[in-house]
Amino acid sequence: MTATTTDYLLHARDISKHYGAVVALRSASLAVRPGEVHALMGANGAGKSTLVKILTGAVRPDGGTITVRGKERTAHSPAEARRGGLVSVYQEPALIPDLDILSNLRLTETPIEPFRHWLEELGLPGLDLSAMARTLPLASLRVIDLARALAIEPDVLMLDEMTAALPANLTERVLEVLNGMRGGDKSVIFISHRMTEIGSVCDRATVLREGETVGVVDVDEHSAERIVELMLGEAVDQQEALAERHVVAPEQRKHAPRVSVRGVALHPRLRDVSFDLYEGEVLGVVALEGQGQDELFDVLSGWERPEAGEIYVNGQPVAFRHPADAIRAGLVYVPADRAEALLMQRSVKENIALPFSSRVPRWGWIRKRKEHETVTNSIEKLQIDTRAQGEVRRLSGGNQQKVTIARWVASGVETLLCFDPTRGIDIRTKNQIYVLLRELADSGAAILLYTSELSEIPLVCDRAVVIFGGEVVGEVDARHADEPTLLKAAHNIGTEKEAAEVVTETSTVPVGEEADGEEASQ
Amino acid sequence: MSAAVTTPARAASGRTASIVSALRRSGWTLSLLGILAVLVAITKAIQPTFGAAGIQGLAISVMPLALASVAQAIAVISRGIDLSVGSMMALTSVVSASLMEDRGEGFAVAVVIGVLVLGLVLGAINGTLIVVTRVPDIVVTLAMLFVWAGCALLVMETPGGASAQWLRGLTLGPLVNEWIPKAAVVMLLVVAIVWIPIRRSRLGLSMYAIGSDPLAAFRSGVSVGRTKILAYALTGLFSAFGGLSLTATTGIATPVPGPYTLMSVAAVVLGGVSLSGGRGGVFGPIVAVVILSLLRTIMTFLNVNTNLATVVQGGILVGVVMVGSLIQLRRKRG
Repeated sequence: MTATTTDYLLHARDISKHYGAVVALRSASLAVRPGEVHALMGANGAGKSTLVKILTGAVRPDGGTITVRGKERTAHSPAEARRGGLVSVYQEPALIPDLDILSNLRLTETPIEPFRHWLEELGLPGLDLSAMARTLPLASLRVIDLARALAIEPDVLMLDEMTAALPANLTERVLEVLNGMRGGDKSVIFISHRMTEIGSVCDRATVLREGETVGVVDVDEHSAERIVELMLGEAVDQQEALAERHVVAPEQRKHAPRVSVRGVALHPRLRDVSFDLYEGEVLGVVALEGQGQDELFDVLSGWERPEAGEIYVNGQPVAFRHPADAIRAGLVYVPADRAEALLMQRSVKENIALPFSSRVPRWGWIRKRKEHETVTNSIEKLQIDTRAQGEVRRLSGGNQQKVTIARWVASGVETLLCFDPTRGIDIRTKNQIYVLLRELADSGAAILLYTSELSEIPLVCDRAVVIFGGEVVGEVDARHADEPTLLKAAHNIGTEKEAAEVVTETSTVPVGEEADGEEASQ
Repeated sequence: MSAAVTTPARAASGRTASIVSALRRSGWTLSLLGILAVLVAITKAIQPTFGAAGIQGLAISVMPLALASVAQAIAVISRGIDLSVGSMMALTSVVSASLMEDRGEGFAVAVVIGVLVLGLVLGAINGTLIVVTRVPDIVVTLAMLFVWAGCALLVMETPGGASAQWLRGLTLGPLVNEWIPKAAVVMLLVVAIVWIPIRRSRLGLSMYAIGSDPLAAFRSGVSVGRTKILAYALTGLFSAFGGLSLTATTGIATPVPGPYTLMSVAAVVLGGVSLSGGRGGVFGPIVAVVILSLLRTIMTFLNVNTNLATVVQGGILVGVVMVGSLIQLRRKRG
């Protein structure tokens, strides 16, 4: 690389940052040219977020230099960085929930007209600016946050996991906008765990590992493996291993289904969903954001009562009034947001032990040794990084998610409801979670998996139901489905020929004897 | 976590929509005004002689607590709480009364300005301690409760001092019409003149922002620490207004803090300000103060035992707040 510092729009060199004894960044460097979309890659804990926070002034570095357009500059606050042309959009939108959108714009002194323009470009035209941020869905808030950042035309725009859990159609728009910025005089730093997104919009990628820049890669069709190699520091063929083991075909349909859902509806988006979940399988749910999958999982996990329809567990009709009912029936929930499931300030051990301590109620003493054994077993099984086991909130996101799964493994899970369990988790941990889900299924568990990342479906699932507009519109043989096919299915489009190949209309069969012919299966 | 991404509202119906949403946002204050009207009617029914004089008395007795609850509301909106409001009122009151005693009317103007500045400083000290030491607000202001109360006793050991006549005149008597008490007009003017411009400025937005979500506010470029210090300074300023109103309405000052701190928290809650910050305004708490006071008046007219009256007052407070959150819950679901 012969370019000098002045050729770069942003050049960070040898940035380091320690938190007490913990080294977040050892020596990170990042050089961004004008007009490029630059990927910042690294496993969770590699230091990507810390680097972004330093660049935007949210965190002060211990060492290193940052130059913007050839001038040395260290921002001391996000406001200062913003004035210097560095703006970041985070996974958690920086919108004030109790202010309306207009006030939020005033707070950041954002011009309205450009904001509206970008909002339109990003697929949210005609948004009511007097709406309280609190009342808007997360995906909209993310888009608003991005439009707000674009409206002030920053020199360097940083997107930290911005597309995580963004529905496919909006992600598309975001990527289009980013593509449109290539070749101009501004640049974008793009952080995402999704390799396909990197491939489609990024020019180059800087890879961090353990707080150090380990390589800069020109992005082309062959760069993905190289990036993964750099990220992991060792060639990892877990994914292949996964694909191989995947031949295990759970054609155990002679058994009665573990869970049967018949015509379940819940306001506002779940209209009529029926399917069967068998033991030993991972059943995928393919859906764009907001097609009713949230409500479906709320119903199955006992959070909400359905307005119509029946649920059968092992052939018995059930009506959950409370999550505890669902757990007693063996249906447990792994949410995307770890904070919903964990006691963040308590230890890993306590978090894992919590559900099964509540399983032996009114027996007084919790047998500590037994508890310890079970917990230790599941920690080992899930390879949870327990260096910070004193308080769960200190674990990385991936390890936190493992804890939420571990607690159910420890208590002998029968049916797992996973709602986007790998959201914002690095690729290594993701793989471990995939392997774990497969293992659980192979040992007889029934797993329902919704994921916002369609590439996970063929990797982990046996079958998948496609939900669109609150109804099941098809079923896919997940093992032979590729991403484009799934994307089309999720949009409920596709030529009839293709549809015939992969999508077989669900035929809802009555469950056992109890449900004879009473459901209207359309 | 549910999310419909396509929520475009018709941009055309902007004006009506914004009026409707403005009404909805001040719904709590409006219903408080409704309750107030009912209470006034009840008072009139059980005590037919309750008239202009009664309203005068009510306005004067309510003034210090109303200002205290405005002070508290500002702290609470910014996700804080100030337990030293009562002490700051006592301190500013004794300082003003001792300085105004046996002095000219003109000098009193300087005293009033000085005392207001003193309030700002006291509040800013509270805020700075909270921001710099990172000790929770409730702990710092609890400590400062004793500090400011002690200072008040150092200034004046027993009730005494005096108020300038023009200051007394600002709160006593009617204005234009015998039904309009001067105390109420002055109080509302003070709050409106100080608060409304701030509320509409970037500082006001920042205060709501740090109360609603400090991290998002920080990332939006708000200086969280500075905003917090300014919010506490404003709390101090309104406490000083409260202290001055004590001097003005009673003509003397008392170094021992009245029940204003906890009553102001109660009024803030009843007034629709969320204790977790970011929601509510200052006018709701003012109405709440009048309601609480009128309740006492009614019970006095009914010859209810004073201790029992306190119990009833607390019960009503819990009841109203409970109904309020039930309504909110239902609205969220529906």
